Amino acid sequence: MMRQPVIHVDAIRKTYGRTVAVDEISFEVERGEIFGLIGPNGAGKTTTMECVEGLRTADRGSISVLGLDPTRQAYALQQRIGVQLQEAQLQKRIKVGEAIGFWASLYARPLDGDRLLEQLGLSDKRNAWFMTLSGGQKQRLFIALALINDPELVFLDELTTGLDPQARRATWDLVRSIRERGKTVFLTTHLMEEAERLCDRVAIIDHGRIIDIGAPDQLVRRHCPERSVLVVTEDPAAVERFRAIPHVDSVNSEGMHITIRGRGDDFVTEIIHCLAEHRIRVIDFRTELPTLEDVFLKLTGHVIRD
Amino acid sequence: MLRGLWRLTWLELKIFVREPMGVIGTVGIPVLLFVVISRLLGPQVREASPDVPRFISVDLPIFTSLLIAASAVQSLAAIMAIYREGGILKRLRATPLRPSTILTAHVLVKLLLTAVTLGLMVLVGRRYYPVGEAVPLLSFTVALLFSTVSLLSLGFLFASIVPTARFAQPIGALILYPMIGLSGLFMPVDSLSPMLQAIARIFPTTYAVSLLRGIWHGEGWYRHLGDVALLTVTFVVCTMASSKVFRWE
Repeated sequence: MMRQPVIHVDAIRKTYGRTVAVDEISFEVERGEIFGLIGPNGAGKTTTMECVEGLRTADRGSISVLGLDPTRQAYALQQRIGVQLQEAQLQKRIKVGEAIGFWASLYARPLDGDRLLEQLGLSDKRNAWFMTLSGGQKQRLFIALALINDPELVFLDELTTGLDPQARRATWDLVRSIRERGKTVFLTTHLMEEAERLCDRVAIIDHGRIIDIGAPDQLVRRHCPERSVLVVTEDPAAVERFRAIPHVDSVNSEGMHITIRGRGDDFVTEIIHCLAEHRIRVIDFRTELPTLEDVFLKLTGHVIRD
Repeated sequence: MLRGLWRLTWLELKIFVREPMGVIGTVGIPVLLFVVISRLLGPQVREASPDVPRFISVDLPIFTSLLIAASAVQSLAAIMAIYREGGILKRLRATPLRPSTILTAHVLVKLLLTAVTLGLMVLVGRRYYPVGEAVPLLSFTVALLFSTVSLLSLGFLFASIVPTARFAQPIGALILYPMIGLSGLFMPVDSLSPMLQAIARIFPTTYAVSLLRGIWHGEGWYRHLGDVALLTVTFVVCTMASSKVFRWE
């Protein structure tokens, strides 16, 4: 299939006073993927996203979204995208049903608001005031508002911040279902687990710059190829057997606990082979694969904080 | 522009009415105050003795109207500030709505509430003020709504830039009360010092008072074309400036 970028960002820069929020950022988002901008708070994620949405204007560089200029063709673009903003609110006393109905009236080809509320589990909240909704319900309403115009491209800014783990998982399922409807999703998150589970591709951003872009497992393989396996065994010969495996960097043992470090895609398979071949009796076996969190730490020298 | 305007106006009106304190403050208290003052002063007016100060017999309704318009300006600015602080404006921005639509919807709500408040006052006031026959009520209402729209455009401008709701009230008072004070209601503009006169002449309230007073006395609109023109200029300038400086967040 031919690559079809729906978002094309070329060397944008945005400063606030003397602070450089976004510094020469370039990336592309392809049709039908979930693309994540990941990094700590204050890294420039929201600024970048809001430039792409047309809510801010970059000082330099160019942006094209669905073939449109988000600043000059903002109103045309708004018809075709759906937006969920970080820290947005609605009128305290607006009813859920009213909000959906009003939003639907603003667009040329809206979806059925009642069905959308039903799909998002908000049917019984139709007559509830916005101020009475829980954090998760507000987020779901904002997702509903972002989807009401059946957009081709959906922006989700820190969607699950402030949600409990259960609501967070439910929200991830929702986002996947957006992709399954053939939409493109562009999201930001500072939760590496979220990025790993949800995104097809991510761009790691820190201090306003993109450090690397790729599929999460690709990035992990590229930057943190080392993996480790913990084997618990009483077999005294085990340590020597493991040392003989190719691609093994180190073998450390502490009593029965043996930690084997190495690299390569076949590393874990080779250890399993070795265990089988020498009939080593194993009490416990654990693999530790690096995560995006490790990639981030390695690339930036600091941990991402929740 | 019109897409969403009526729906938003209706929606904002419903949302406003859902807050009881807002309704009491905007409609209830002015009418109540009016009744109380009328009960105290009404009998004097009814006798229409020459001793009754001109202010009570003629200018009180105009003064009251201006105060109501001023409070509409302030509450317009306050609501916009609350929407801005709360991120509501930002959320509305990420839709095909335009700022002018949002402002217009709020202005229509304020205008409607102003009309309701004044309508109630006229109804209640009939008992105390025998003015109904002499005053061209329809013309006066039109003049009043026209002046209010013009003053609300100041609110537009003000609402576009005021950073927080807490600022809106005192700054609004700081701007509006001197405007009303120098408008010629309390003393003729001509009797002011040259500097104050110059200031009074740039305030739209001065023209609003002149127009309202004239219409109240049964003068024709043609005698107040200057006032109408200046109030229109105020409206156009403030509306255009506000769409330039409108801040979403």
